Amino acid sequence: MKYLDEIQLQKRMSSRIIKNNILKQLFLAATLFGLIVLAILFIRIFTEGAAWINWDFLTGRLSTAPERAGIMGAILGTSWLMLIVIPVTLIVGVGTAIYLELYAKKGRFQSFIATNISNLAGVPSIVYGLLGLTIFVRAMSLGNVVLAGGLTLSLLVLPIVIVSAQEAIRAVPQHLSEASYGMGATKWQTVKNIILPASLPGILTGSILALSRAIGETAPLTVLGIPALLIPFPEGLFDTFTALPMQIYYWTLDSSLVEEYAYLAAATIIVLLVLLFLLNSIAIYIRNKYQQRY
Amino acid sequence: MSPLTKSKKVKVDVNVKSNISAPKTNEIVYDTEDLNLWYDKTHALKDINLSIYEKEVTAIIGPSGCGKSTYIKTLNRMVELVPTVRTTGKITYKGKNILDKSFKVEDLRTHVGMVFQKPNPFPKSIYENVAYGPKIHGIRNKKVLDEIVEKSLRGASIWDEVKDRLNENAYGLSGGQQQRLCIARCLAIEPNVILMDEPTSALDPKSTLRIEELVGELKKEYSIIIVTHNMQQAARISDKTAFFLNGEVVEYDDTNNIFTNPADRRTEDYISGRFG
Amino acid sequence: MAASSDLNKKNAVNVREMIADKKRKRNFSNITEKMIPAILIIIASISLLTTVGIIYTLLAESIEFYKRVPIWEFFTGTVLRPLSQNPEFGILPLVAGTVISSVIAMIVAGPIGLMSAIYLSEYASDKVRRTIKPLLEILAGIPTIVYGFFAFTFVTPIIREIFPAVGATNILSPGIVMGVMIIPMIASLSEDAMNAVPNSMREGALALGATKLETTFRVVIPAALSGIISSFVLGISRAIGETMIVTIASGSSKNFTFDITQSMQTMTAYIVEVAGGDAPAGSTIYYSLYAVALTLFVFTLIMNLLARYISRKFREEY
Repeated sequence: MKYLDEIQLQKRMSSRIIKNNILKQLFLAATLFGLIVLAILFIRIFTEGAAWINWDFLTGRLSTAPERAGIMGAILGTSWLMLIVIPVTLIVGVGTAIYLELYAKKGRFQSFIATNISNLAGVPSIVYGLLGLTIFVRAMSLGNVVLAGGLTLSLLVLPIVIVSAQEAIRAVPQHLSEASYGMGATKWQTVKNIILPASLPGILTGSILALSRAIGETAPLTVLGIPALLIPFPEGLFDTFTALPMQIYYWTLDSSLVEEYAYLAAATIIVLLVLLFLLNSIAIYIRNKYQQRY
Repeated sequence: MSPLTKSKKVKVDVNVKSNISAPKTNEIVYDTEDLNLWYDKTHALKDINLSIYEKEVTAIIGPSGCGKSTYIKTLNRMVELVPTVRTTGKITYKGKNILDKSFKVEDLRTHVGMVFQKPNPFPKSIYENVAYGPKIHGIRNKKVLDEIVEKSLRGASIWDEVKDRLNENAYGLSGGQQQRLCIARCLAIEPNVILMDEPTSALDPKSTLRIEELVGELKKEYSIIIVTHNMQQAARISDKTAFFLNGEVVEYDDTNNIFTNPADRRTEDYISGRFG
Repeated sequence: MAASSDLNKKNAVNVREMIADKKRKRNFSNITEKMIPAILIIIASISLLTTVGIIYTLLAESIEFYKRVPIWEFFTGTVLRPLSQNPEFGILPLVAGTVISSVIAMIVAGPIGLMSAIYLSEYASDKVRRTIKPLLEILAGIPTIVYGFFAFTFVTPIIREIFPAVGATNILSPGIVMGVMIIPMIASLSEDAMNAVPNSMREGALALGATKLETTFRVVIPAALSGIISSFVLGISRAIGETMIVTIASGSSKNFTFDITQSMQTMTAYIVEVAGGDAPAGSTIYYSLYAVALTLFVFTLIMNLLARYISRKFREEY
């Protein structure tokens, strides 16, 4: 005697298959949902902002009058921030990664630092802002200057740089360092001449992605007290500054008062997105071009 | 007592003895006395006593996991890259105990070159690969470096194949060429001893043959210790052969004796292919 | 060969000599070799110092705050009036705003993220997956300020078109947009978890005549559950800590309410408002920044630890 009734089975089978197909479409729709929103977002921003982008807008100074406002100050501010974030995160991030991967003894201390780094990665960016406000702006009396902003953002993205540098170093095959040790090279000679050059593409890719995270960050800067209407351009590490995301923030807030501010915000978003797009393209280029097959 | 095995312990296998006649005129370069080695709790090398002679090819054979690779890596202390490693006993290189903690490994490895199982050129140009050793030891003069690179590449008989593309990445070479480049890289610091850890296991038969020929050339100037999986290879190129089993030296003798008239039953079983 | 190289040696450089000579002259490389580990430890300790710095500043200033406002009052108070003549500091309105916006975000991101993960891991062809994943990464890489702009100038007006009762600033619109922002994170972490389920388990079910759907829900998802749940927890943590979207689109009303059509302030938005408003150092309102931030920090830390605990503790051994 058979436990399965063939006719019942057939009946249930077709409904099961139909269910499978319907849900498959639903899953596809869910996947496309995010992409559709992405498309709407891009279209929306470009239709609102593209018309406002011109030479005067890009090179001009801030102004309360929408048609005369320019974002050169914000572009310079963001550039200054990058000039701090790049060296600080590279030195500290790569140094920490080298220590954790190549020098630290596998043990409590090493895993303590590693846990600490992954916890830091989960701390909300606004908390880093408060840290920067307390330490850099107030305790060190730097004020709301480029240096304070850059250091705050550096601390924020440091975990990203450390983790990606660790992965890049780990990906260098052991037999390369063995070959170097076998020639009588010391540890540091091996690190400097073999391991670092081989992991450089991976390190750079990770650092650029971290950099693009840093320059899009707004929350920590809002806490540092960046002025809403800053006319002079920053010329050094100790100058007050504004940055692209800050400008977007202020214009968006005030767009309920002056309608054109929304368009200025959209135009600034385009500039920011283009900058991020360039950075990411460089990262992808490096990754593809220098990916080493051992 | 045989001149080759200097077994002082009673425990040592009765078979570890050879009937080799007069001692060679060559000098001893490496002398291993009662060497024991542990990875964590695994006893990987047990009471090794071996004397290795200058300007000869010494082959080390044995089944996988017998300790032959571990032994050769102990000779330049590369084995210490495994953090849990522990050793007792003595290895004297030119009269000094290299296992002594005060002995600088960098010094040792400058005098003892190594060629690895898998060709492992650096992801740099052919030139930079060969110049790496001299550079880390402080030689910066471009003319001197040029000279060293050419001489080393000639020494590894790969010069003619690469002389027109010294600045190309070493990964463009074939596997066999890469291995000869690694030999050239090793020659560049003019070591006294070259350790070879199954240098042909990743190569095709033709490239293997070239390396074997090269070893024959090199032994005129260098002492060579070669670990190999391949018994025919040991028979072809070595002057002496040591057979390792389970971390012990079962037999060590002139290669001819080992292959024609082994003293130990286990050696015979192994070389006749009954296990391993 | 031997003869020629001997000859070579005579007129050519003697490398052994040179190396020995250089070694005698160079002591400094020894010093570098000893200094490097020390330098690296100092560098690596910067990340520790950051943690210490965060915890110390938050704790020290919060304690100052609790001296003025009893801790009990702070955590049970439903009235938040930091700027009035006789200010009151109850954090519950902010907690409500934070929780509600995160719940809305998860209602959007949870199902959509999981369904995307299912599609990408179980249904999509390799080619489709390779096209869609980078696009989702773009979504994840857009700065939150851009989402804030989008919520305020696009999503809110649409919602108000349909439901005119909704305020110009409200918690619903930023909640939804925050959900969209979190979708890629949940999708990619859940997909990783589902990809880690070995194919042999799927094949076992498929070979019994199960459909893909049944295999997914009966075999793959149960096996990947710890990873999926931990991705949700991380998503919540991300929503709790998100700042700009809610700051822009939800306004600064400090009413203790659960009405999602109205403005509500989150903990993060409060910090932005108060810090940006030049709170005089030493005032109670200035210290309240740190008390709120400490609460926020503890919230997200618990979530992150929980996520890690879940994914470690309940990891399936395949």
